[in-house]
Amino acid sequence: MSQGPRAGLLATLVVAGLVASIGLQVARERWYPQVGSPVDELYFTSGDAVGRLALSYKSLLADVYWIRAIQYFAATRLQHRPIIGDDLLYPLLDVTTTLDPAFNIAYRFGAIFLAENRRSSLGRPELAVKLLDKGTAQNPHKWQYLYDKAFVYYWYFGDPKTAAHWFGEAARVPDSPEWMPGLAAYMLAQGGDRSSSRFLFSQIYETAEHEYMRDMAAFRLRQLDALDLIDQLNMLLERYERETGEPALTWEPLVRRGMLRGVPTDPSGTPFVIDPLTSRATVSTDSEYYPLPTEPPTARPGVTGSAAPPAREPLK
Amino acid sequence: MNPRTLQRIALAVFRDSVRDRVLYNLAGFALLVIGASFLIGQLTAGQDVKIIKDLGLAAMSVFGLFIAVFIGIGLVSKEVERRSIYSLVSKPVRRSEVVVGKYLGLVLTIAVNLAVMAVVWYVVLGYMSWVENEFFKQGWEAPATDPRMLRAVYLIFVQLMLVIAIALFFSTFSSPLLSAVLTFGLYVAGHFSADLKNFDVAVGDSPVRYITTALYYVLPNMAAFDVKNAVVHAQPVPAGYLLTTTAYGLSYIVVLVAAGVWIFSRRDFK
Repeated sequence: MSQGPRAGLLATLVVAGLVASIGLQVARERWYPQVGSPVDELYFTSGDAVGRLALSYKSLLADVYWIRAIQYFAATRLQHRPIIGDDLLYPLLDVTTTLDPAFNIAYRFGAIFLAENRRSSLGRPELAVKLLDKGTAQNPHKWQYLYDKAFVYYWYFGDPKTAAHWFGEAARVPDSPEWMPGLAAYMLAQGGDRSSSRFLFSQIYETAEHEYMRDMAAFRLRQLDALDLIDQLNMLLERYERETGEPALTWEPLVRRGMLRGVPTDPSGTPFVIDPLTSRATVSTDSEYYPLPTEPPTARPGVTGSAAPPAREPLK
Repeated sequence: MNPRTLQRIALAVFRDSVRDRVLYNLAGFALLVIGASFLIGQLTAGQDVKIIKDLGLAAMSVFGLFIAVFIGIGLVSKEVERRSIYSLVSKPVRRSEVVVGKYLGLVLTIAVNLAVMAVVWYVVLGYMSWVENEFFKQGWEAPATDPRMLRAVYLIFVQLMLVIAIALFFSTFSSPLLSAVLTFGLYVAGHFSADLKNFDVAVGDSPVRYITTALYYVLPNMAAFDVKNAVVHAQPVPAGYLLTTTAYGLSYIVVLVAAGVWIFSRRDFK
């Protein structure tokens, strides 16, 4: 065979072999999806051990672990992939921050990742606090970690008293924002209410370092809007019950009586529903805002504090 | 030593490395950094600039390390293996000039490599900064094209000069394979030298303490050249630190090159 045809044959063979191997790979994964499917593994749970092996490339390895943490968070918390074995989110963040103790976003984002449990039971606010404590120990000049810790206590533990304490601690760190002491005092005085929540999420929304944080804050603010609407609807439901002597089970009777112009919807456009057991308005399980957050007792209507939240100032 | 002879030998080494396609690694570096900047943006939750900074510095260090080791180990031993050393030593060139000239040639190769890599890296970072939203830029610890990062690039260069000196030293009396193993071994051990210093905590006042302390001071402290993490987080790297670390590196280099010259001068090529 001469040089030209032989080269052509070899090239064809290479291309055909490549196509066949890709096709077989796709077919095998489609036919046998369970066999050999990857199980989440963290071979090194000690950041110190990984750091030793990394020589002078700790920072780059921290980035690799950070990317893994994000992918893991997205797969288990956002896409709801079942967790096989132990939850690896905290160990991944722990290794990341051991490799790079100044990895600011890994502490701040990581704490939100750990505490967030929008639709699952995977929220671990105690681990969020542990991560933020580690951040504070490594970077005592960062008031942000104490602020985030206070936020975790307020929002995820529903504990405004402890939150006020940590807002106060954040205020003592040099270069912390001027509004921080006011926030601590306000939280302590009011015990936390919906306006405090709105203030906190507005702060996060305005100072977020990434779209995810901004989106999360915007989502929470819309949930608070939904709670405001629910309060108004509950007042209407109570009035209807007083006037008719029986509770409403659907919105139609209220619409017929002219109390509502139509079926009320939450900020996502999903109709509110009436809980048949309590006869109170709530978001539908189909709504993107379901489940609504549990508010501290003082945040519920009738016990809201009267003091206005302190004036906002931009973060420096 | 004649400066013109040193220059000629150094340029010959540089031309050799270009002929050996060593500079192809620059294309690899550019592809890695540019490709990564497009790919990781979606994966890193706003940390793409930090990661490109880390990746660029690590790649400069790794690529430089491989060039320094794999060319450094062949600088002298290859001449001996190819028997071209006979024609070289028969010329009116001192053996010390051969060793020092070859060392300087590889330093020049590494310097050109690092300079081009740094330019590519800054261009990519500049582009990332240009396309980024002003709002999110406010959250960055330092500007994407922070010139203070050059301090880390500079110390990588000094470290690689030291690695070349180690490779060249082993190359004067050992085979290329053994030289590579020894150079990498010393490079890795150099990152653990702090452990040797802290050995006294574990062993107390035993004689082992003195041996480990001596080893700490004798082995090259590679960790001292690593300020990558500090510059990425915009933490200060004082000029005094750069000066003392450079002086430390240079003194070690002088020792290794002098020892290499001494061994090479005593070798019998008959």
